[in-house]
Amino acid sequence: MYDFFHNTNIGLVILTFIEALALLVPLLIGVAYLTYAERKVLAAMQLRKGPNVVGPFGLWQPFADALKMLMKETIIPSGSNRLLFLMAPMLTFALAMVAWAVIPVDDGWVGADINVGILYLFAISSLGVYGIIIAGWASNSKYAFLGAMRSAAQMVSYEVSMGFVLVTVLLCVGSLNLSDIVRAQHTVWFCVPLFPMFIVFFISALAETNRSPFDLPEGESEIVAGFFVEYSSMSFALFFLGEYANMFLMSALTTILFLGGWLAPFNVEPFTWIPGVIWFILKICVVLFVFLWVRATFPRYRYDQLMRLGWKVFLPLSLLWLVITAGALMAFGWLPNT
Amino acid sequence: MITAILFYIFAAILLVSAAMVVSARNPVHSVLFLILAFFNAAALFLIAGAEFLAMILVIVYVGAVAVLFLFVVMMLDVDFAELRGGFQRYLPVGATVGVVLFVELAAVLGGWKLAPGAVQLRMSPMPSGLSNTEALGRVLYTDYVFLFQTAGLILLVAMIGAIVLTLRDRKTSRHQNIQRQLDRKVTETLQMMSLSLGAGTTASGGYLHPKEPEAEPVEEHADAGGHGHGH
Repeated sequence: MYDFFHNTNIGLVILTFIEALALLVPLLIGVAYLTYAERKVLAAMQLRKGPNVVGPFGLWQPFADALKMLMKETIIPSGSNRLLFLMAPMLTFALAMVAWAVIPVDDGWVGADINVGILYLFAISSLGVYGIIIAGWASNSKYAFLGAMRSAAQMVSYEVSMGFVLVTVLLCVGSLNLSDIVRAQHTVWFCVPLFPMFIVFFISALAETNRSPFDLPEGESEIVAGFFVEYSSMSFALFFLGEYANMFLMSALTTILFLGGWLAPFNVEPFTWIPGVIWFILKICVVLFVFLWVRATFPRYRYDQLMRLGWKVFLPLSLLWLVITAGALMAFGWLPNT
Repeated sequence: MITAILFYIFAAILLVSAAMVVSARNPVHSVLFLILAFFNAAALFLIAGAEFLAMILVIVYVGAVAVLFLFVVMMLDVDFAELRGGFQRYLPVGATVGVVLFVELAAVLGGWKLAPGAVQLRMSPMPSGLSNTEALGRVLYTDYVFLFQTAGLILLVAMIGAIVLTLRDRKTSRHQNIQRQLDRKVTETLQMMSLSLGAGTTASGGYLHPKEPEAEPVEEHADAGGHGHGH
């Protein structure tokens, strides 16, 4: 049996398929319950009850919503570019899924343990903008196009400072492999020595995922719903799922880069009994809660403030911190792999 | 075997999409085919074992350059049918330039000779025991550091050039002066007036209407308000 799965081509294909399912099915259930959690958390912060009718505590609400979406009619605007219009949500959703191939959920539990894992993630997350631009253009609608323009400028801007944060972390690790990044945090999580970068990365992650206070691409108060204003039923649901899966992905990335991935907070007895994958999920949940907390707390940024924050605050700050980190590593001889 | 099949699949898609870039009627489709071509080139790099280059190709070209291309092409609203109208007229010039370029390329490639030491290096480009990224880093920051820095300097010049060309500090543009906003005091901003009830209104038709405003000096108002225009 082991021989079949590891040494034959067909066996490897089946094994990879099973691995992908084992990762994606929990992820999609997680995404479904993230929408529920968002509504419950927002409700609690605004002294409301939130969804509480469908099932105990409203727990079946995500499935009710999904079924409703499936039943609805898919409307394609007559002036739209039909092929690209349908491709955009699929692209958004697929990109949010393929990125999970390199995420290590525990020591050795990873789909593809590639050497350039962090670059792969960065590449995939920088492609997320295409789904939005194509949707905005193919809809042939002013509001959708404005949303797409905003989103393109925003995501390209925040990627730059995000890249510098990644370089800073990589300097401390000496490897582009995500598992190595987690192992390098065995003594201390990177959120302690690189605290300013942790904050910059988290805020950039909010901007990358188009979450409030940076949700200008959908800004419902001025451009209705932005890039997905023309979408309905399943095509809308795919955008929705893609956005929430991206939130999961960014939380996982924050966890891996700064919060020690699958590592227990203290490397002592009661903490190490709990398996690494549980720690990983718990940390993702904490980061996701902060995503929701931010949404309930902050008003939306104005467009020029958004650009100013990205280019005039985060870029110099992350560049400066990169130089400081490199200098400190050199001066104290802390460079890895030497 | 599988590698060879994959290579031919990716290479075929690459060539077809490259041809589509120049032949597609819609410029947005052209850019999307260009992106597809980038992807397949990245896949070919992966097959060649150059994983770092593959990822950098996707990040830089697909993630940044092509986004800006797409952005511009969508904004410009180019009418390609009109552009194609001049095809016959520009054909001789275009063909001449193409032929000259082709001859030059052929001349360079025909006279291409490899140094004896380099032939072995081409067969095994990566030193053993090193990952692709490390191997690149070792030559890039040691043997080729001058070229690396020069490339960086050229990019810097291009960036400053773009800023100089586009930055126009117009007097009419509105800026937010955060320091000025923070420095504002309540006393400068708010003026508490005690007005008698109904002052400044006229009664007509059972309702109170505000009186017509008198012509007032605008400068004074703008100074006191401090709208944060900066200029």
